[in-house]
Amino acid sequence: MAQGKLMTLNMGPHHPSTHGVLRIVLELDGEMIVKATPHVGQLHRGIEKIAENMNYQQVITLTDRLDYTAASLNNFGYCMAVEKLLGIEVPKRAQYIRVIMGELSRLAAHQIWVGTHALDIGAMTLVFYGFRDREMIYDIIEEASGYRLTPSYLRIGGLANDITPDFIKGVREFVKWFPTALAGYHTLLTDNIIWRKRTMDIGTVSAEDAVNFGFTGPSLRGSGVPYDIRKAKPHSSYEDFDFQVPVGDKGDVYDRYLVRMEEMAQSIKIVDQAIENLPEGPVNVDNPWVTNPSLDVVKNDISALIRRFKIQSEGPHDPVGEVYQSVEGSKGELGFYIVGDGNENPYRMKIRSPAFILISALPKILPGHMFSDAIAIVGSIDIVLGEVDR
Amino acid sequence: MENVKILERIKAKFPEAVVVDQDCCGDLQVTVSNDAFIEVMQFLHDDEQLAFDLLVDVLAIDNLERRRKPRFEVVYVMISMDSFDRLLVKLAVAEGEDVPTVTGIWQAANWAEREVFDMMGIRFAGHPDLRRILMWDDFEGYPQRKDFPLKGKDFDEKWDPDTIEVL
Repeated sequence: MAQGKLMTLNMGPHHPSTHGVLRIVLELDGEMIVKATPHVGQLHRGIEKIAENMNYQQVITLTDRLDYTAASLNNFGYCMAVEKLLGIEVPKRAQYIRVIMGELSRLAAHQIWVGTHALDIGAMTLVFYGFRDREMIYDIIEEASGYRLTPSYLRIGGLANDITPDFIKGVREFVKWFPTALAGYHTLLTDNIIWRKRTMDIGTVSAEDAVNFGFTGPSLRGSGVPYDIRKAKPHSSYEDFDFQVPVGDKGDVYDRYLVRMEEMAQSIKIVDQAIENLPEGPVNVDNPWVTNPSLDVVKNDISALIRRFKIQSEGPHDPVGEVYQSVEGSKGELGFYIVGDGNENPYRMKIRSPAFILISALPKILPGHMFSDAIAIVGSIDIVLGEVDR
Repeated sequence: MENVKILERIKAKFPEAVVVDQDCCGDLQVTVSNDAFIEVMQFLHDDEQLAFDLLVDVLAIDNLERRRKPRFEVVYVMISMDSFDRLLVKLAVAEGEDVPTVTGIWQAANWAEREVFDMMGIRFAGHPDLRRILMWDDFEGYPQRKDFPLKGKDFDEKWDPDTIEVL
């Protein structure tokens, strides 16, 4: 409770700068933060418990809603975890398309991040440009899956359906346009003296502290640790692409900003390489227990009809076992620990959400800063409450 | 380091601590006995060759429906920043038993253990701030246990928190 000198301020769940329903209780000495306590859980929907009562295919729709700004990356992580447990490998064409969808989602998430981060600090122009370019990504994702924000485009064993020539055209146009847009974002912020004064030497986290706090993703790379799952444990043909992983050195807000901006440039390079070298072939694995048989076979063969019915109603049965698989989400390492026990529902699914661990370090990072720097720091670690609370 | 070498190195230092080890689709999973647990975790963090300095996650599994004893298993997922090796450490916990906290070794365990306490009801001895995190503070019951109903409890009825039955 408030003592003689300290004021308790509630940065409540309804706040435009907390990017969701995050509540931070701050104790201030004048304008200096002395103690910070985040309270999360206002968006808790019980996704892990619901997943225990759903088929493996149905859980894909739940995972979309985790980090809703970069939905395809969540599907990516979950599908890879289930496929690792089943022991199947997805065909090359599906792997490339998954990479394209994943990197476009990462771009979309970073565009929201840069727009809202700049908006919180006061630079209001960027959010409009970020959302304008994000509409182009939405159109591409809608062409593939029919949805904009929560595509649920990936399936266990591949994709829901193949892509159309319009998709390829849309991606090529976006790849041609985006470097100009990114250069535009840079001219607004990177050398801006006000931006630099607001973000340099704020919220500095050393490399050792960042690793101990459990940071992953751009927040860890901003502090100088080059851990990127796409390079550390290459999966789904990431080793075919030539890209670099940006690493900062001081670990302040400005470094994390630069890391994410450079990540956007690298992501568009990956999308470009993937769409130009897209291999031909099927988009679903050729496994009778996972993939539907094609409709003309189903209409003529009774066993194919039965198999289609079983796959649609129950889906794949995972073997008894446990698996942990992670993917480089836009906030950090998004991991799925799945326990299978031979049924069609996962026995236990635990989602390792990067933003949850990032918020847990706020009580250590915030004290010693001014109150307005708290907004900058919360924006720089880039949280999405859907992922934090699940 | 390969999984075989990691296992050998742990067994060389703590010959009786490793109860069982299995391969989880390419990752090494080591079940550790409860007595040597904290020493093994400290060793995994401090050793120069293993150096598992990033604790990725702490999670718990409720074995009620699988009818295994003991009831809970707590799994720690960790990664080494030098070699990017991944290791899963499992601990078998009976109902009502406390688990020593690893917050002193990895700060990342702070909120992860709070979530395990909130959702499964496993207490962590020595934790700096063990209280509920995702549910509200005076919630009764542990939602992710297998005997907690999916649709939750009806707040209008008076009910017994241990048996989840309406009084």
